[in-house]
Amino acid sequence: MNPAQFKQVSEVEWRVAPFGKMRVPAVIYADQALIRDMDDKVFEQLTNVATLPGIVQAAYAMPDAHWGYGFPIGGVAAFDAEEGGVVSAGGVGFDISCGVRTLHTGLTAAEIAPLKQRLADRLFAHVPAGLGSTGQLRLNVSEMDAMLRGGARWAVEHGYGSEADLDRIEEHGCMAGAEPGQVSDQAKRRQRDEIGTLGSGNHYLELQEIVEIYDSKAADRFRLRPGEVVVSIHCGSRGLGHQIGTEFLRQMVIAAPGYGIELPDRELACAPIKSSLGQSYLGAMRAAINCALANRQVITHLTREVFADVFPGTHLSLIYDVSHNTCKQETHTVDGRSRRLYVHRKGATRAFGPGHPALPGDLRDIGQPVLIGGSMGTASYILIGTEAGTTRAFSSACHGAGRSMSRHQATRQWHGRTLVDELASRGILIRSPSLRGVAEEAPGAYKDVSAVVDVADRAGLAHKVAKLSPLVCIKG
Amino acid sequence: MSLTAEAGKEGVYWTHFPHQADMGVRGVGPTREAAFEQAALAMTAVITDPARVAPDTAVAICCEAPDDELLLVDWLNALILEMAARHMLFSRFEVSLDGPRLSATAWGEPIDLDRHQPAVEVKGATYTELKVGRTESGEWQAQCVVDV
Repeated sequence: MNPAQFKQVSEVEWRVAPFGKMRVPAVIYADQALIRDMDDKVFEQLTNVATLPGIVQAAYAMPDAHWGYGFPIGGVAAFDAEEGGVVSAGGVGFDISCGVRTLHTGLTAAEIAPLKQRLADRLFAHVPAGLGSTGQLRLNVSEMDAMLRGGARWAVEHGYGSEADLDRIEEHGCMAGAEPGQVSDQAKRRQRDEIGTLGSGNHYLELQEIVEIYDSKAADRFRLRPGEVVVSIHCGSRGLGHQIGTEFLRQMVIAAPGYGIELPDRELACAPIKSSLGQSYLGAMRAAINCALANRQVITHLTREVFADVFPGTHLSLIYDVSHNTCKQETHTVDGRSRRLYVHRKGATRAFGPGHPALPGDLRDIGQPVLIGGSMGTASYILIGTEAGTTRAFSSACHGAGRSMSRHQATRQWHGRTLVDELASRGILIRSPSLRGVAEEAPGAYKDVSAVVDVADRAGLAHKVAKLSPLVCIKG
Repeated sequence: MSLTAEAGKEGVYWTHFPHQADMGVRGVGPTREAAFEQAALAMTAVITDPARVAPDTAVAICCEAPDDELLLVDWLNALILEMAARHMLFSRFEVSLDGPRLSATAWGEPIDLDRHQPAVEVKGATYTELKVGRTESGEWQAQCVVDV
């Protein structure tokens, strides 16, 4: 994008004053290099979001923003139901509650090294990954509804993990207000055997070594020590979330004119929060959040089983679990007034700062862990929510590196086998059901995650705590 | 893999077009029906080489939408649902259109991970770059981006 389209507010904040039908400004947190690398579609999509009814304060884009559907990926927007605000199926996306969780292994990279190959093979064999893989669980109708109501809590009640895990998950592992009755039979049919599966695309399970600490106080509290190994799991609500997104997007596209909503892009399909369609979507979307939380909880259990076998006596404790495709009702102060808002984060991570009542007791005084996944073969980061973040983008931060190149270009530039061999020579073991899938996810097809995270840090969206380097990657 | 299919018949083919995060699918043919069939083939090619998928089992699909573009998205999403729920891939399609109604048969087989080596799962067909219509040369084109 051409930076000249924006008014530069600071080194890392760029603003577009409302024009045309925009109701609020558009704001991008990025440095000049990241702005230049962004597709022009980010500008178009962000300024389109700013036209939606009931939008509050501004339409925001995170440093990893790229061309999405309706909303840019890396987009944040909040709406006030009392002012005709909307909820947008496009603003949440197809992979509802896609997110990342990270677990301590309590082992060092040196301890893992002799058994790394075995661990990679065992994890690849035990955690279903890729298209066509199915989980061990088969849910009947009533079990499906219980899972959609209970989320990770349901999984824990069925023996997948412990009560302690729930403390470290947004919404305490169970999204309130889920309505399984609003989830179609087709969506449930798609999910029947997909609980406990990673999926494909950019989803993964990684073993990562903590290689750098930036904030020793926060790192101590998160129990992050250089040389130790963590496991990160990136996946979402699988077929159920995709089907809910598909069905409600269609309904909202058709219903929008009836609500007097003019859509600048059909992908921005939305409905007033107070409408019956808006309420149905919220009930179904919250059920999909629970599906994603249950899914990551079951995958955690499978991972623990492998570790218990390869390294008897280890216990994998959860550092935190974040979702980065959601719409959640939250309280934010806008112009000195406390307001209940529906915050859409599409490829953006909630980043609550110190003192936020939603945080577990032992983290409340310092802030929320913010987990940022890199691309295969590059770094990931753990950040912490800031006090300043409350005044920027409704306490949100980036979610990953963000693609800089299409899958199409990536497959022309890289071969899966060569990539796997190159990464292996650097000590990074890749296990994937598809070499073409590996080529499409080549590290070079993504932005530099370190540059993205540095900007998030400099902009005060969240502060860097630790850098993680991959050792093993199970690609979906 | 080639990003453009070998044309089986004159003027009937599919292509992929780039989207920053995902993939665009485009079907081209002398009729609307042929363009819809080729778009479906292009979607299979996002996942695997369609030539590897045996058209052994038939699945019937029906949908209805207020306009051609929504109908294309509905058609591709109906296939995505069938692929996901039946664990199948499809490689042959026969589409009939009657005004706003589509009835079709898709032929395929259960996914075989070793043989098909699926690269990626298609999550949904989107309204991005969605177009159904005739080109200047008179052929029908049906296209959209699919989320993977």
